[in-house]
Amino acid sequence: MNTTIEETLTSLESRFELKDIKQQRGDLVFVTVKKEQLISLLTHMRDNENFTHFVMLSVVDWIEDGVFQLSYILNNPEKHVDIVFRCMIERENASMESAHHLWKQVATYQRELYEMYGIDFPGSPRVHESFILEGWDDIPPMRREFDTKKYSEDTYFPRPGRESKDPKEHMKNKLYPDADK
Amino acid sequence: MESQNNNNNNQEKFRDPNLDKRTVISPDGQQIEVDPLQDYFEQARPQVHKPASKVIEKFLNWARAESLWVLGFGTGCGSIEIPPLTTPRFDAYRFGVAMRPTPRQSSVFIISGYLSVKTLKRAIRSYEQMQNPKYVIGLGSCTINGGMYWDSYNTINRLDYYMPVDNYVAGCMPRPEAILAAFESLKKRIKEGRADGANKYAEHFDWYKANQKKVIKDWNMPDYNW
Repeated sequence: MNTTIEETLTSLESRFELKDIKQQRGDLVFVTVKKEQLISLLTHMRDNENFTHFVMLSVVDWIEDGVFQLSYILNNPEKHVDIVFRCMIERENASMESAHHLWKQVATYQRELYEMYGIDFPGSPRVHESFILEGWDDIPPMRREFDTKKYSEDTYFPRPGRESKDPKEHMKNKLYPDADK
Repeated sequence: MESQNNNNNNQEKFRDPNLDKRTVISPDGQQIEVDPLQDYFEQARPQVHKPASKVIEKFLNWARAESLWVLGFGTGCGSIEIPPLTTPRFDAYRFGVAMRPTPRQSSVFIISGYLSVKTLKRAIRSYEQMQNPKYVIGLGSCTINGGMYWDSYNTINRLDYYMPVDNYVAGCMPRPEAILAAFESLKKRIKEGRADGANKYAEHFDWYKANQKKVIKDWNMPDYNW
């Protein structure tokens, strides 16, 4: 187990299809993997490569490309190394294999992602129960096509008289009113 | 009779199993039928309390103003300002302000910052469980117009649409001195007999309920839930 992160990656490349390997720091690597291989890769990392600590699961909404990017961050507690596995999934009817059988806490992340982004994780415990939003009946609020300002204005009785200023213009006019002349 | 009012469209969709009829077995082995909607909750609307004669009311208002008991219910960032308020540096106790652990013993409800819809549901329950007369202080910009969360999908913008507010304290966040000033101004209001939130809530009950139900989509609790 006295392998460096580079050696780990090399051994991984012989088993899995890895793309866009980017070493951010000495102890942080980003790797993009295929959706079908992700769960077996995570299992391999946990059982054979000593990446036993699951840090978190997050998502980025690439609405222009029509994909969600799931990021699974794993940590090797002995060598203090993080590996981030990115996985692109279709935005339309987004669904991903559940990883809750590997780490119990993944179920909570998956529940949150289902509520906030509408990404389904079939088989994950309580994934369809409401988590933070109780009784939400609109599209999931963190998806980028959701217009949060409009929703707020329609729902929450905005108090009239609120104005906002562009900070740059405002400070320029306040401090250097003659700058443009 | 009133239970018909408690039903609305969303009650079926977001059914709370805790509110179902059920049979429980008492420690003595008796079987007891429990219908929480009938048994656990009040079945009458809140009533407007007419003030007593002027002299008595003046005395009562003085007594109420000098012992403000605050519900220990923190929402948002403002709840951080409450512990220093009650500890020696600012020592709100010298103004007769004490923290209470339950709404049944409290007369002041400080909404200390932004209210998400989920918290609003609990805040309404707590507010309704407080005894008359009761006062609400809205702390921070969030309770006034939404503050920095004005365009958020999950936080309310105006507190006074959901419960009657006696005092607002502007700021993000107001310091404990500002909260002490708010207590002083609330006392003044009470002594003048102008802090009438509980009656206002009872009078405009339907309007408040309609506003509350507009944002709390899974209204699976009774309408009169104190």
